[in-house]
Amino acid sequence: MNNAHPIPVRAILRHFLLIAGAAVMLAPFIWMISTASKPQTEIFSSELHLIPHQFALRDNLREAFAKANLLRFLLNGVIVTVSIFVLQVMVALPAAYALAKLRFLGRETLFALVLFGILIPPQATAIPVFLLLHEAGLLDSYAALVLPFTISVFGIFLMRQFFKTVPDDLVDAARMDGISEFGIVWQVMLPAAIPAVTAFGIFSVVAHWNDYFWPLIVLNSEQLRTPPLAVAHFRNNEAGTSYGPLMAAAMVIIAPLVIAFLFAQRRFIEGITLTGIK
Amino acid sequence: MAQIELSAIRKSFDGTDVLNGIDFRIGDGEFISLVGPSGCGKSTLLRIIAGLEPQNSGQIHIDGRPVDGIRPSARNLAMVFQSYALYPHLSTFDNIAVPLRMRRLSAIERLPLLGPLLPGRRAKERGIRADIETIAEQLDIAPLLRRKPGQLSGGQRQRVAVGRAMVREPLAFLFDEPLSNLDAKLRVHMRAELAELHRRLKATFVYVTHDQAEAMTMSSRIAVMMGGELIQAGTPAEIYNDPGDIRVAEFIGSPKINILPGRIRKDGGIDVLGTALRLACGATAGECRVGVRPERIDLGTGPFSGSVVHLENLGAEAFVHLAIGDAGLRLIARLADVRHLPAMGSPVAFGFASDAVRAFDPAGKRIPLRAEQSERIREPAHV
Ligand SMILES: Nc1ncnc2c1ncn2[C@@H]1O[C@H](COP(=O)(O)OP(=O)(O)OP(=O)(O)O)[C@@H](O)[C@H]1O
Ligand SMILES: [Mg+2]
Repeated sequence: MNNAHPIPVRAILRHFLLIAGAAVMLAPFIWMISTASKPQTEIFSSELHLIPHQFALRDNLREAFAKANLLRFLLNGVIVTVSIFVLQVMVALPAAYALAKLRFLGRETLFALVLFGILIPPQATAIPVFLLLHEAGLLDSYAALVLPFTISVFGIFLMRQFFKTVPDDLVDAARMDGISEFGIVWQVMLPAAIPAVTAFGIFSVVAHWNDYFWPLIVLNSEQLRTPPLAVAHFRNNEAGTSYGPLMAAAMVIIAPLVIAFLFAQRRFIEGITLTGIK
Repeated sequence: MAQIELSAIRKSFDGTDVLNGIDFRIGDGEFISLVGPSGCGKSTLLRIIAGLEPQNSGQIHIDGRPVDGIRPSARNLAMVFQSYALYPHLSTFDNIAVPLRMRRLSAIERLPLLGPLLPGRRAKERGIRADIETIAEQLDIAPLLRRKPGQLSGGQRQRVAVGRAMVREPLAFLFDEPLSNLDAKLRVHMRAELAELHRRLKATFVYVTHDQAEAMTMSSRIAVMMGGELIQAGTPAEIYNDPGDIRVAEFIGSPKINILPGRIRKDGGIDVLGTALRLACGATAGECRVGVRPERIDLGTGPFSGSVVHLENLGAEAFVHLAIGDAGLRLIARLADVRHLPAMGSPVAFGFASDAVRAFDPAGKRIPLRAEQSERIREPAHV
C-alpha cells in the first residue's frame, strides 16, 4: 500500500519543464494580446504588467481596421491559399495515382525526379520563376501568388505514398464497374485518401498563409497584399509607433489559423504527424 | 450466360513466364473451378479474362466475339475479389449501385450537384433502387443497405460483393478466392450458397481457389493448373478418379494419394514393393510410380505389410498412418469403421484392389493399365 501515493517527483519535474517550455513559446503571443489590449500610454509606461489597467482592445481594433483594409488582406489570404490548395490537389492526385497504380515505362525515373524536386528549396528557383512571371506579364497579380505553387512535388510524393496503401483490388473493382481512370482518382482514391488530403491541406494552407518571402517579391499593389505582408507594411507605414493597433492587426491575422486549429485540433495533429512537418 | 474461349494465352512478368499457352473452352452456364498451388497463375489467368491484365499473346473470345484490347467494363463480366474490394466510403446500397449508375446514367447525370436536378434522373434512380432491393432480398442483405463496409462482418461483405457483381446481370462471374478470408464454418455455408446461386442464375462461373474442397463440391468442371499450364480439366469425379498426371493426383484429394515406388517388368507386368500386381501395361520396362487413394487401401488382408505409426480418429472416419520397410516409406489408409482401429505400433497387413491402382511414368504422365493377360484372354468368353 505504501506505493499507492508515491511523491510524484518525476511527474512534477516533467510538468514544470513542460510549463516552462510552453511559457517561452507562448510569451510572444501573450505579449501581443496584452499589448493589443493596452492604451498607448500604458504601452510606453516603464512598469511591466500583463493585464492592462485600462482595457483598450476595442479601440485598438477599431483603429487598426480604420487605418488599413484588414478584411481585404484576409480575403486575399483566403483566395490565395484556397486556390493554391485546390490546384495542388488537382495536379497531385492524378499524378500520384499514376505513380502509385499505373504501370508505364519510366515510372520509377519520374518518381525519382519527384523525390529530387523535394530537395530543391523554393528560394533556389525564385529568380527563374520571377523572370518567367515577368515574361508572362503576370507579376503583381493573384496568378503570380498562386501559379508557382500549383505543382507540389511534396504533395505528389505524399499522396503517392498513401495511394500505395490502397489495395489494387479496389482499383480493379472500379475498373470492372466501368469507372474511368480519372473517375477512379476522384471517386475511389480521393475518398480513400481523405486523411492524407487533409494533412496535406493543413501543410499547404499553413505554409502559404504565413508565406512572406514570395508575396514580398512579386507584389507591388497594396490591394493584393496577403496577411503577413500586410502586417509588415502596417508597421512601416500606417501605424508608426502606435503598437496597440499594430498588435491588434497581428491578432486578427493569425486568428483564422488559430480558430481553424481549435476546430480541427485532432485532424491537425494527425496531419502534422503524417506529413512530419513542425 | 456466356461461352468463354481461351486460345494459347501467354503471359510473362518481367521476363518470367507465368502462363505458358493456356487453351481452354468454358461452356455456357458452367461452374468452372480453376485450382492449383499458390503462384501457378490462376489469378493472372482470371485477370486476363477480366481484361484487367493484357496477355502477351493468345486470344479470348466471349460468346464468339474477340475481346482482346476491350476495356474490362465493356466485356460485361463481373468479378468478386478475395478482399471483396468494396468502396469503403460508400454504403452497401451505394456500393451495389455503382455499376448500375455507371451504366445507366450519362456522365452529366452522374455529376454530384447538377446531376440529380436533370429530368429523367429520378426515374432511373427509382429503377436502380428497385433492382438493388431485389438483389438485397435474394442475398439476405436488405437490413444492411445503409451500413458502410467497415460495419459489416466478413460473410456480409462477401454477400455485398456478390450483390455488386449480380446486379448488372453480367455474362459471366469471375471469383478470385472469394471465401478464403472467412472462417471454416462460414466457408462451408457460403459454399452451399454460391452453388445455389449458380443453379438459380444459370450463369457462367469461373471460380479460382486453392481449396480443393470448394472445387470438388461446387463445380461442374475443375481445371487444374500447375506452373502456368492447364494440365487437366474435367468433372470433379474425373479429376479425382482419372488424374492424367501425378501432380493432379497429388493435388486433389485429402489426405493425399499414396504414392508407392513400382517397376514395370519386361513383359509389361507391374511390381510394387516386390509384389506383382494383377495388372499389365504397354509401357517400356523401368521405374514407375503407383498411386492408391487412402480409401482404397484395405487393412487386414493383402500381400503387403506395415506398422502403425500414427492414428487420426475424426469420429466418423479414421486415418491410419503406416510405415513400410526401413526406407521411410509412409502410407495413409482411411478406415470408415472407427470401432476397430489397429493398435499403435502393431504390424498390419494391407492390400488394394487392382482397379484402385493408378500408375505414372517417371515424368509423371499416367500409364494406361489393363487387367493381366490371363484374365484378358478369358474376357471374350464373358461378352
Ligand atoms: N503484377 C505482377 N508483377 C510481377 N509478377 C507478378 C504479378 N502478378 C503476378 N505475378 C507473378 O505471377 C505468378 C502467378 O501469380 P498469380 O497471382 O496468378 O498466382 P495464383 O495462382 O493466383 O496464386 P495464389 O493461389 O497464391 O493466389 C506469381 O509467381 C507471381 O509472383
Ligand atoms: Mg491468386
